Amino acid sequence: MTMPIRVQAEDFDFAAELAQLRLSNPKIGAVVSFLGTVRDLSDGSAVAQMELEHYPGMTEKALSAIIDQAKQRWEIFDALVIHRIGPLLPLDQIVLVAVSSAHRGDAFAACEYIIDYLKTEAPFWKKEHTEQGARWVDARSTDDEALAKWEQDALPLPMRESKK
Amino acid sequence: MPEKENVMKIQLRFFASIREALNLSQETLELPASIATVGELRTFLRTRGPVWAEVLAEGRSLRMAFNQELANADTALAESGEVAFFPPVTGG
Repeated sequence: MTMPIRVQAEDFDFAAELAQLRLSNPKIGAVVSFLGTVRDLSDGSAVAQMELEHYPGMTEKALSAIIDQAKQRWEIFDALVIHRIGPLLPLDQIVLVAVSSAHRGDAFAACEYIIDYLKTEAPFWKKEHTEQGARWVDARSTDDEALAKWEQDALPLPMRESKK
Repeated sequence: MPEKENVMKIQLRFFASIREALNLSQETLELPASIATVGELRTFLRTRGPVWAEVLAEGRSLRMAFNQELANADTALAESGEVAFFPPVTGG
């Protein structure tokens, strides 16, 4: 198994990554993936370019904690997260989350959980370049709301324990 | 020779809009022993000037980390630790 967490400037081959994950274990019966891409429109402004910054070290720790939590909650074999950094253009791939399991239910849930927590707890920031100039993207309240469905569960959440 | 007052050495990191507003990505700081938590450090840094006061203002939406884990105002500092200030995250 290759490194399940990668933060990189280079693009990645979506099909090859899924094939590698899928073929690593004959017990796998389901692979669910989420691919995030750059939109050309944000809050009504045309986006010419996007820049992604992160916090080296903490990013990997945060993603690793999120994957560990997903593995505790669902029966999954592997989880892969690839997140790009640096300058990106509309249509570019930004993030891939892929999860393998014996059955689809666990794979769907774990994949959604990982991307929901990535969006609210992994230290990445987007800056958009539009005709009006460059601006940092604001955090969306809908991303926080997406966590509500996971928090009904009594299990501890990634990163939350350390906030006490 | 009398013992010097206890100082704690801390690495500061700033990211995204916070880094740009302060025009600073990192620095090493020696803190007086009276500063023991992330919240006290934030209050201390606000005294550096108007930009610091605004960027680290109490009501401002800001995340803090200590040794690369999310922290809050009560999180205790430790020698050679790393404290980061950054806006809410927007990856994915």
